[in-house]
Amino acid sequence: MKKKSMMRTASGGFDRQAWTTVVIWLTLVSVALIFLAPLVYLVAASVKTMEDFHRYSFFPPIDRMTLSNFASLFSQMDFGRFLLNSLFVTCTTVTLQLLMASLGGYALACYRFRGQQGLMLLLLVSMMIPAPVMLAPLYELLFHLRLIDTHAGLIVPGLVNVLGVFLFRQAMLNIPMDLVHAGRVDGAGEFGIYWHVALPVVRPTIGAFTLIAFMGSWNSFLWPQVVLQSNELFTLPIALNQLVGLYNDDYGALMAGTLLAVLPVVLLFFLLQREFISGLTEGAVKG
Amino acid sequence: MKLNAPKVAPYVFLTPFAVIFSVFIAWPLFRSLLLSFTITSGPGAQVFVGTANYRFLLQDPDFWIAVRNTFTFVLFSLLIQVPLSLGLALFLNRKGLWMRNTLRFAFFSPHLMGLVFASILFTLLFAPRFGLVNEGLHTITFGRWSMDTRWLSEARRVMPALVMVNLWLYVGYSMIYFLAALQGVDPQLYEAARVDGAGPLARFLNVTLPGIRHVVIFVVVISTIGGFQLFELPWLLLSNTPGPEKSGLTIVMYLYQNGFVSGDLGYASAIGWTLLFLVFCVSALQLKLSGALRKENMA
Repeated sequence: MKKKSMMRTASGGFDRQAWTTVVIWLTLVSVALIFLAPLVYLVAASVKTMEDFHRYSFFPPIDRMTLSNFASLFSQMDFGRFLLNSLFVTCTTVTLQLLMASLGGYALACYRFRGQQGLMLLLLVSMMIPAPVMLAPLYELLFHLRLIDTHAGLIVPGLVNVLGVFLFRQAMLNIPMDLVHAGRVDGAGEFGIYWHVALPVVRPTIGAFTLIAFMGSWNSFLWPQVVLQSNELFTLPIALNQLVGLYNDDYGALMAGTLLAVLPVVLLFFLLQREFISGLTEGAVKG
Repeated sequence: MKLNAPKVAPYVFLTPFAVIFSVFIAWPLFRSLLLSFTITSGPGAQVFVGTANYRFLLQDPDFWIAVRNTFTFVLFSLLIQVPLSLGLALFLNRKGLWMRNTLRFAFFSPHLMGLVFASILFTLLFAPRFGLVNEGLHTITFGRWSMDTRWLSEARRVMPALVMVNLWLYVGYSMIYFLAALQGVDPQLYEAARVDGAGPLARFLNVTLPGIRHVVIFVVVISTIGGFQLFELPWLLLSNTPGPEKSGLTIVMYLYQNGFVSGDLGYASAIGWTLLFLVFCVSALQLKLSGALRKENMA
């Protein structure tokens, strides 16, 4: 509607531009539909009965939809436990990463100290190291620490998030030093200034980093696959990978499980959407 | 005591991070270099063998298959991902576009699924006879595309399938970066170019591209580093195997199989350091090439 009125009022040159916009818009919508189709399929597949699975490409008629796939996840396999395992491991990891990354970022942004430049360089280089290089020695280390097949073994080696330190440093560079000095004059301790002055200022970064860290830990596969052996400790990625092999043709349950596994990330995204986009790109665009 | 606090504080604040970093990143990195000169069967039992692991690696045909597959994957992913996401970002950045935020979210939403769960979903989407990918291609080619096309059990279609899922996951993600970069380009520069009579292409090449250059480099480098670590996608799509004729074997999969299926942590470490070497070379090359590009632009 809006576009038509634009074209009517416009001169000849503007007309052509309006048409270009329409063509571009239609292209974007077609690509968007292709991108969304797998997601729609996922939702549809999780509410189809086994006999309807191949009959309808997407959703069956509403009276044929079922929630039995979700029910069988909890009755036939220990889906609730895997969900809780994932939530526990991820929430612990995110909280600790958040604390360490923001403290580190604060130290790098608001202080001048000996060894600062060297440390920054070291961190920057370490971001280019592919994690699988450490896989074998980490396994060895955890074996000696007796942390193989424990949740602690999943959490502790994954606590360092160098990207997080940089995100927080970038955001905290914008904190006016006067604010920090004022805090000191008021008699606040260094940690108090970090907690009461710095952290509230970088709330968007906290939001963005929470989502990034959550997704990283939630989707982690290779390390849990190496560390975990007991079924009852499995996180969702490991458990669902097993489900693919075990219930070879119970596609409905498999898709229901996948949908439930993705849901927490989606919810968190909607909660933190605004912070996420700005926080994610801030470092890259400015740096 | 009070006076010294600002001097001591940064070290205290960095301590937890530094401890974990030293124990779980720096030490294992160093240790894996040592391990790579040994043969081990499980942790604890190791024999020093000099450079034997590396020599074996270089003459193992499987390693070269893995290297070729990984490079092919990175190359094709980048060649499609960067122009596609930049194109989408340019289109989305147009003034007065209807439903911009909805479209932006549509492109980005696959990223929220994550690699592992997306791989599980695509095992069904790639299935012959009823899979959505075949169904879509069947429809848009008016029935010329066969519904029986096997994506994951025929060697020559495995790599296209991997690249496809990767694009689905990451095009919207890099688009977000490009969009933010585009919004950072000074609008006055476009006005100036327009006054000078520059057409859309000239404006893109002379204003847009230099303006977003460092974000393009950033996206290329992180996508490359990520692409070299390809493992979950083929491992899950191909039911925990390297696929037909090892068409889905990647460097990290090769590492995982040797280190944790066969149990030779020494050999796995040698593969790891070779991977590290490759990643550093390719990233350095990319950074150098993009630096050279800038000098050309300046001249």
